[in-house]
Amino acid sequence: MPAELEPGGHESPEDAASPAHALELLCHLGPAAHGSTACVAWEPAGDGKRVISLADNHILLWDLQESSSQAVLASSASLEGKGQLKFTTGRWSPHHNCTQVATANDTAVRGWDTRTMSQIYCIESAHGQLVRDLDFNPNKQYYLASCGDDCRVKFWDTRNVAEPVKTLEEHSHWVWGVRYNHSHDQLVLTGSSDSRVILSNMVSISSEPFGHLVDDADLSDQEDRRPEEKSQEPPQDSVIATYEEHEDSVYAVDWSSADPWLFASLSYDGRLVINRVPRALKYHILL
Amino acid sequence: MAAAAAAGRGPGSGPGGSPEGPEAEAPERRRKAHGMLKLYYGLSEVEAAGRPAGPDPLDPTDLNGAHFDPEVYLDKLRRECPLAQLMDSETDMVRQIRALDSDMQTLVYENYNKFISATVTKHHCSPFQAPNHQCDPRGVSSDTIRKMKNDFRKMEDEMDRLATNMAVITDFSARISATLQDRHERITKLAGVHALLRKLQFLFELPSRLTKCVELGAYGQAVRYQGRARAVLQQYQHLPSFRAIQDDCQVITARLAQQLRQRFREGGSGAPEQAECVELLLALGEPAEELCEEFLARGRARLEEELRGLEAELGPSPPAPDVLEFTDRGGSGFVGGLCQVAAAYQELFAAQGPAGAEKLAAFARELGSRYFVLVERRLAQEQGGSDNSLLVRALDRFHRRLRAPGALLAAAGLAEAATEIVERVARERLGQHLQGLQSAFLGCLTDVRQALAAPRVAGKEGPGLAELLANVASSTLSHIKASLASVHLFTAKEVSFSNKPYFRGEFCSQGVRESLIVGFIRSMCQTAQNFCDSPGEKGGATPPALLLLLSRLCLDYETATISYILTLTDEQFLVQDQSPVTPVSTLCAEARETARRLLTHYVKVQGLVISQMLRKSVETRDWLSTLEPRNVRAVMKRVVEDTTAIDVQVGLLYEEGVRKAQSSDSSKRTFSVYSSSRQQGRYAPSYTPSAPMDTNLLSNIQKLFSERIDVFSPVEFNKVSVLTGIIKISLKTLLECVRLRTFGRFGLQQVQVDCHFLQLYLWRFVADEELVHLLLDEVVASAALRCPDPVPMEPSVVEVICERG
Repeated sequence: MPAELEPGGHESPEDAASPAHALELLCHLGPAAHGSTACVAWEPAGDGKRVISLADNHILLWDLQESSSQAVLASSASLEGKGQLKFTTGRWSPHHNCTQVATANDTAVRGWDTRTMSQIYCIESAHGQLVRDLDFNPNKQYYLASCGDDCRVKFWDTRNVAEPVKTLEEHSHWVWGVRYNHSHDQLVLTGSSDSRVILSNMVSISSEPFGHLVDDADLSDQEDRRPEEKSQEPPQDSVIATYEEHEDSVYAVDWSSADPWLFASLSYDGRLVINRVPRALKYHILL
Repeated sequence: MAAAAAAGRGPGSGPGGSPEGPEAEAPERRRKAHGMLKLYYGLSEVEAAGRPAGPDPLDPTDLNGAHFDPEVYLDKLRRECPLAQLMDSETDMVRQIRALDSDMQTLVYENYNKFISATVTKHHCSPFQAPNHQCDPRGVSSDTIRKMKNDFRKMEDEMDRLATNMAVITDFSARISATLQDRHERITKLAGVHALLRKLQFLFELPSRLTKCVELGAYGQAVRYQGRARAVLQQYQHLPSFRAIQDDCQVITARLAQQLRQRFREGGSGAPEQAECVELLLALGEPAEELCEEFLARGRARLEEELRGLEAELGPSPPAPDVLEFTDRGGSGFVGGLCQVAAAYQELFAAQGPAGAEKLAAFARELGSRYFVLVERRLAQEQGGSDNSLLVRALDRFHRRLRAPGALLAAAGLAEAATEIVERVARERLGQHLQGLQSAFLGCLTDVRQALAAPRVAGKEGPGLAELLANVASSTLSHIKASLASVHLFTAKEVSFSNKPYFRGEFCSQGVRESLIVGFIRSMCQTAQNFCDSPGEKGGATPPALLLLLSRLCLDYETATISYILTLTDEQFLVQDQSPVTPVSTLCAEARETARRLLTHYVKVQGLVISQMLRKSVETRDWLSTLEPRNVRAVMKRVVEDTTAIDVQVGLLYEEGVRKAQSSDSSKRTFSVYSSSRQQGRYAPSYTPSAPMDTNLLSNIQKLFSERIDVFSPVEFNKVSVLTGIIKISLKTLLECVRLRTFGRFGLQQVQVDCHFLQLYLWRFVADEELVHLLLDEVVASAALRCPDPVPMEPSVVEVICERG
């Protein structure tokens, strides 16, 4: 839930891992003079010293000192335009040596270069309504997924933002969260306020769409494999499963960082549901 | 005897005189006597032939006949004649006998007399002495005989001399003949020579004659002379003089040929004269091959002139004449010319055989194709034109015109090519009509947009949606009908190409029905769907009323119009083709799907409008520091107003629809904050200060039993369903927005008031009021959860405020 992102506070991963310890405030992210913070994102790789925070129309890059007890504002940029522009969410790209951040405000998605704090690309009206969430494909550096109040999930190639690469329209209400599987990026998880969680198989735009087919090119295998191979030949994007365990709006979904086949979803009524990728699909992907 | 002789001498005039007295009186009798004499001398037959047919000489009853039989005659008389006549014939007979007696006496006497006189003359007189010297008959007769003797002697001498002379004459004559024989032969020969010389003269004169002819321009005459002389000259070529003539002739002929060619090339004179030239040239033995080429080249030049003329008309700058005129001109000018050339060619060069025909075909093909290119360019200029009848007539002329050369030059395939062009034009025309229909439809939509936009400026609601719909429907239908009618011209009976297989089959089924009508309906659906496919971002400009109208239009099409139009088409065009056509049901399904999508989109758009209002109202307010609610917030009133407006709008086009009967027993909602208040009457308090957690839990339990609400779900074709959809979307948005905020006590109370107000007014729009209750309960419950100090307002106060507001 975005609302639960408390401004000004964060905990180190070590602390979160040991439940016995009480949470301890390490530092404040500067003076909160930039308005209410909508999103805080850690640098996904590297030494974990940099944090991005989005506050109203400002994007702020913080540098945590070695002691991790002091945060220094390294650089910042702000969004100028008509009306009151407000960032709703942001995401740090794991690619390009962690120099890119994507942000969403209203219906637009923007990319930023953290070295110069300048805008790289902008997808105006990426969605018909508010953009709720973003996620980078962990294996394909230019691919970005977004979701929003128009009930759609869109996949973008940030090099060409005129048209989405792919659009999913499976939900019947706002889509609050979209997440790529960390290792098998054809698996995409979405959660929506229609109380559903949908697991999709986006083979056509994943980093390994034809992987096993290419492997089959070596003809060492027996003939019995051939018909099977043919039947698999057209990779279809499909909904793998729709999870309807929730009774109320689902506000967050995410994959387990330990087990690539495990994911969790959280709904308004406080229900946390943990699911597994169907076994058949798992083997299908693995073999 | 002597008396008789004397008597005879009296009237007679000598021995040579003829007895005249009795003969003059009775020529009949004389003739009879002559006849008898002649009979006697055997002359009768010869004489009788010259005379008029007399009585049959062999008749035994003929008194004067040689074969007269008195018995038979008497017998006949007695039998046949009455007495009186018998008496008459008896007297007649007596008289005749007497006459004959006297005749006989006279005759004897005369002859005797002559005899005596001859004898006398012979004795005394020269044979040439006059007979009146005789005095004594005896002396006279001896004299006469003597004289006769004498005379005869003389005569013999004379005769001898005559014979001699005759021999001499014969001799001479023979000699002359012999002499002349030679001459005659020579003359004959000379006559032959003369003829030959005349011919030779002709030959020698030939060059000059030819020259003269050429000078006078009597080419035909010259060619005839030349033709006459050619063979001879050819034969006697080896003789130097003839060679000279031949050479001369050849020179002149060459000049003649050249002049003919010159004339041929000048070409100012029409095709018939050219044909004449060619004919003469052919007669002159010019190589036919070359003439073919040249003739065709001439024809080409002429036709190219025509083509250039046509092309000039095509030119961009001068205003092109109308297409009918153009094809007319092309038809009479070019096609007519081509016909002439082809006919003349076939006549002249028939001897050329298939090679010649092939050449002509190639010629016609090439020029024909250029003509076609021009015609197509001209027809392409017609693309914009709307006058189909003119075009069809022009095409008809064009096609008809090309039939003649088509028959003449089957090999050139002109008629086929013409048919192809006509087909192509027809196809293009169909395409244009389709475009025309589409643009007309879009025009209608633009009009509707304007009509929808205009009254809003005037502040007047409800711009006769039903009326607009009727307008769009009728104008679209009339456009379709007009297109059908104008396309129908292509298949009219009197049009020459209408019986081509294409126009009988494919044109009707694939062309008109499929590509025009079905294509239009499909494109109409597509156009309508495009309004759905560009949601939010670009299509935000689409007025929702237009969506609603289009949806209704598509639905109307589905129910009636499509089948009507297709039936109309099938009737008009009597589709005979067996190729599969799109069935009505498929089209109807498509139209229905379009209508459904449009309506769903309408719901989304209207829902979004209200949602945005609600969202802004929740997001922009500081709920923590709000004051105690005194009023229903204005935005809620706005929501109700807008919903009412939408209800009116939808009501103009769609039927009411079915509401779910509200059961009086709503036990499953007993624990819900709102339903409890409603059920227990307006004074019963429902929110107790300690309630929040309980209600939350209870609402969760209750949710287990209630159905899941699909917010953006397809709607049905009725007002209630549409309104339900819109309200669902709006309230869900309110719910989600409320969950993102934190409320103070009064903030919660304000939400409570707002929700109650909404419930008061919205339930009547929806199919199932449960739904409204459920969602509004959720909103209040969520707000309570987000409130650090959840003290709800007394329901009675809430109601008072709502009723006041």
